[in-house]
Amino acid sequence: MPGSIPASLTADAAAAPAARRTSPGAEAWRRFRRHRLALAGAVILALIAAAVVLGPLLWAVPINEIDFAAKLQGPSWKHPLGTDDLGQDLLARVLYGGRISLAVGLAAMVIAVVVGTLVGAVAGMSRGAVDAVLMWLTELFLSLPQLPLLLLIIYLFRDALKSLVGLEASMFILIVAVIGGFRWMPVARLVRAQFLSLREKEFVEAARALGASPARLVVRHILPNAIGPVIVAGTIDVAAAIIAESTLSFLGLGFPSDVPTWGRLLYDAKDHLDIAAHWALIPGAAIFFTVLSINYLGDGLRDALDPRRVI
Amino acid sequence: MGHYLLRRLLILIPSVIGISVVLFTVLALAPGDPFEELATNPNVPAEVRASLRAQFGLDDPVVTRYFRWFGSMLQGEWGFSFASRVDVDTLILQRIPVTLLIIGSALVLALLIALPVGVYAATRPYSIFDQIANTLAFVGFSLPPFFTGILFILLFSITLDWLPFVYRADISAAGWRWYWEHLRQAIMPVAVIGLFQGASWTRYVRSAVLDVIRLDYVTTARAKGLAERAVVVKHVVRNALIPVVTLVALQMPALFGGAIVTEQIFRVPGIGSLLISAILANDTPVIMAVTFVFSFLVVAFNLLADVLYAWLDPRISYR
Repeated sequence: MPGSIPASLTADAAAAPAARRTSPGAEAWRRFRRHRLALAGAVILALIAAAVVLGPLLWAVPINEIDFAAKLQGPSWKHPLGTDDLGQDLLARVLYGGRISLAVGLAAMVIAVVVGTLVGAVAGMSRGAVDAVLMWLTELFLSLPQLPLLLLIIYLFRDALKSLVGLEASMFILIVAVIGGFRWMPVARLVRAQFLSLREKEFVEAARALGASPARLVVRHILPNAIGPVIVAGTIDVAAAIIAESTLSFLGLGFPSDVPTWGRLLYDAKDHLDIAAHWALIPGAAIFFTVLSINYLGDGLRDALDPRRVI
Repeated sequence: MGHYLLRRLLILIPSVIGISVVLFTVLALAPGDPFEELATNPNVPAEVRASLRAQFGLDDPVVTRYFRWFGSMLQGEWGFSFASRVDVDTLILQRIPVTLLIIGSALVLALLIALPVGVYAATRPYSIFDQIANTLAFVGFSLPPFFTGILFILLFSITLDWLPFVYRADISAAGWRWYWEHLRQAIMPVAVIGLFQGASWTRYVRSAVLDVIRLDYVTTARAKGLAERAVVVKHVVRNALIPVVTLVALQMPALFGGAIVTEQIFRVPGIGSLLISAILANDTPVIMAVTFVFSFLVVAFNLLADVLYAWLDPRISYR
């Protein structure tokens, strides 16, 4: 290119500060900031996370204090979000339920991303039979009806786990494992596709020529370049896992009935819609705003982490 | 076309077998034993228990049990419901038309929303319409179906009192009135699933159309002097639909999940609510059969998608 040949040393020196290099992280942050709704989503999500982590410390009302004198009340100073049919404080219950929803979402996402990355990486690095079998397995899992199977597995295994680690912990492990175990497939396909193109690139070939072991190739050279779409998929997975857990609780088959998850609050509230609409609207709105802000966050990350997209 | 269909049908066999293996593995790994009650009952001697186990083949190797189970599933011998005291297949045959009707209508509704809105938004990217459609799509697929259902009941049944919120199979009216009542009670269950799926499909359609609309052959079609409408409908949409069909087929399991939820909210007597009540009643034969039926339906819809695929894209059918 003729333009790249410096006309003189002084011209080169003048051009240098203008073409200041930015680190990939700073560049991603610049691109992320331009997606205003994603930024708003990140802020709202941070507020929700702070509220459910710190809230129960500040609003120290017990989640299971029964007070029949104050049952099915609307919002008031004593109960800012009202009460349910046993007079239990809804603010305390929603804050507690948020901890479970967010914890389930994050833990299921970690499982889905780890399993998906492992399957995708193994399939992408090995050609032939291993790749074919793993991809067939991925397709098979994609065509399984997830909610019925989720219900079936919880039905069959809940009693056995309960005797091992206690009711609440066993449901947490079971729900997280099963939701995560049914959401790794998109990640596996993404990672495999990235690996197939990246492993033929010159820089990987150079590393191989220098004698890098396959493990080092994957960990140091291929995986860091394939991680962008995985982060986006992982973000969306958190939202999907929160919806899945709330669906189970809403069907009355998730956590035990005395644990006020957001879905469980809705399940309890749905028979009192005509007299206490606030009881259903508050946990529903909590799920909606959490999922909406995670989805916008994922959309912003997609813009920020895809170097091919010009913004 | 016939050849292609036959090949697709043959490809289905391993996936049906795979699904059945997954289902059976889950069942076989599950702790607990159908004869648990007999084992703890001191009045049943050990020899009787052992002979009963042998009679039902419970001590056979896992592989033998799998083949026996899969064989009877294929022949429609699904066992006997513990809770309702009828054969499982009669129970499911009673319930399945409602579910198929709801899922089918929801699918049509979702496509009726997603196709026009997605195509229109993609032909005017970043316009006001596109931004509103995009925002509504985000809201639509962030609202979980169970919450939309509750909002609908609050708004249309309790506040406005327009629609019934309990689905009734035994409507006593006749003639036009019967159809009208059925339509009225199906509106909310169908809308809950249809809007949720329609919202996410709108985004797929939009991005698929955006990918196609920049291609050279579209410019050629415009340069020939075709009307914009003909360019979009005949040249762009047909090609853009190819990836959309794949994505819609991939979303089928989610659609069935949504059906379970709405059937539960509106008390629709379909197989979704049958599954939930069977779980609450510990009715294992019904649970296994319903899960099997759902898996089979997903596979059947995937086959349908393959057929659509061949019709949309003639290049692949003679491969």
